[in-house]
Amino acid sequence: MGARCAKSSLGAGCAGFAGFRSPDFRFQPDPSPTRALSLESIDVITLESVSKRYPKSRRPALDDVSVGVDKGEFVFFIGPSGSGKSTFIRLLLREEIPTSGKVTVAGRDLGTLRSWRIPQLRRSIGCVFQDFRLLPNKTSAENVAFALEVIGKTRPVIRRVVPEVLSLVGLEGKENRYPSELSGGEQQRVAIARAFVNRPLVLLADEPTGNLDPDTSIEIMRLLDRINRTGTTVVMATHDANIVNQMRRRVVELDRGRVIRDQHRGVYG
Amino acid sequence: MRAKFVLSEALTGLWRNVTMSVAMILTTAISLTLLGAGGLLYVQIQETKDVLRGKVEVMLFLNDDANEQQRQTLKQRLENDHQLVRDVSFESKEQAYERFKELFRNSPDFVHGVQPDALPASFRVKLLDPKDYSDLANKYRSADGVSRVSSQQEVVSQLFSMIDAVKNTTFAVAVLQGIAALLLIGNTIQVAAYSRRREVSIMKLVGASNWYVRLPFILEASMAGLIGAAIGWLGLILGKVFLVDGALKPIFSSGLIPIIQWSDILLTGPILAFIAIAISGITGWSTLRFYVKV
Repeated sequence: MGARCAKSSLGAGCAGFAGFRSPDFRFQPDPSPTRALSLESIDVITLESVSKRYPKSRRPALDDVSVGVDKGEFVFFIGPSGSGKSTFIRLLLREEIPTSGKVTVAGRDLGTLRSWRIPQLRRSIGCVFQDFRLLPNKTSAENVAFALEVIGKTRPVIRRVVPEVLSLVGLEGKENRYPSELSGGEQQRVAIARAFVNRPLVLLADEPTGNLDPDTSIEIMRLLDRINRTGTTVVMATHDANIVNQMRRRVVELDRGRVIRDQHRGVYG
Repeated sequence: MRAKFVLSEALTGLWRNVTMSVAMILTTAISLTLLGAGGLLYVQIQETKDVLRGKVEVMLFLNDDANEQQRQTLKQRLENDHQLVRDVSFESKEQAYERFKELFRNSPDFVHGVQPDALPASFRVKLLDPKDYSDLANKYRSADGVSRVSSQQEVVSQLFSMIDAVKNTTFAVAVLQGIAALLLIGNTIQVAAYSRRREVSIMKLVGASNWYVRLPFILEASMAGLIGAAIGWLGLILGKVFLVDGALKPIFSSGLIPIIQWSDILLTGPILAFIAIAISGITGWSTLRFYVKV
């Protein structure tokens, strides 16, 4: 994975949308650093026979799921609504605890994690959602800065880092726009900037393109791909078949809480 | 930076829901005023008791037909009673009448109606320990020539029980108001947490520590508590100016009850502030435990 564009610069043409059409890309050696890391099989995320049962629900949201995600990997979790994708994300954020089984993120066993350590866990995870979750009364720069302020970063650091990350996501010149003055795609870029500004180990994306049109979705995917190439593990829950088919990354398919397919370079199917 | 952030969040919180904040502050203020007043009364009663105990005399009233010998025997018994008695003095019928006239000099009609020999002669006894009043009474009640043992303590204890009742009522109302204040604080925090739920969810998402998430709310509650305490204190000061030194001055100027001192009232301020901050902070914190889950 990550092979296609490794030789071109990070950027527009690189994000896996042009490259995968090349008939022989599968056979290219993969010199990218992310590949090297994933060869060492450092699991950033592991689930060992994890089940999650919500009270008042007849069937479990997740049913005996075992899956591992290597460092630097890009994984799609696909499946229809109610298949357990969001529960999976919530477990990783430790917003929920599994009914049984073991969840490990970045070497932390979430089952034994003390509640006062949860903030530390979340600082190593970036998170992007379908509804962007921006503060409407703050500009894009302030939205990103807010995430840094509340974890106690100093003002000089914030002043240096925020413009950097905003230009990384392609929002130069829009630092002072409010979310209402930005397009959906731009809002999602702000959200991605906020998720990425702390250089998290893992970026979780829960239907990040769910509210976007196909062209904008592809731009967002390019951005996530670029982030993935910096070594950040990206886990994305989606049911956007088009995107999954174009990206040709690992696909884990869930159905009624069970893993029914785990395929490298998979398609939506 | 952080301090400024937290502080401005707390102030915005108070302002956003200003009617509720005012209700919360006023209820807190009333509760604390009453609490302070009750506390001052309590201190007052203790002081008064101590002062009066030293002064209180027990009176052994003599029968009108008690003869000289009975009087001398009684006097000697009292003077030799070193376990109970500190000092004995005799008041004849004439002296009693003089004192009576002096005491009621403003009501000459009343004095006129009393015959000079209507008042009994008495021994006035100062006790070593004022608490031994009933021991003395039991010992001498049936002595020859004694008609009745009486003490100012009876009068005083009636006064005390009156002040006690006022104090208890004050405390009871203070507690009720305090409960109302707590509920309002809890509700205000809930409303604040609800109106800031976006911020809070993002803060939790990016890994802000629990304290960082909760502190603005707790500070908001404590600030309201502090303002309430300040108003409550002002209430006590006004009470001192207009009631103690104003309308109720005659009661205090009788000298029986020591006047409530400024120093006591000043001391009450910081105590009220501490109670208010602590209780509202704790209430805010425990409310958040339910409404802002990790």
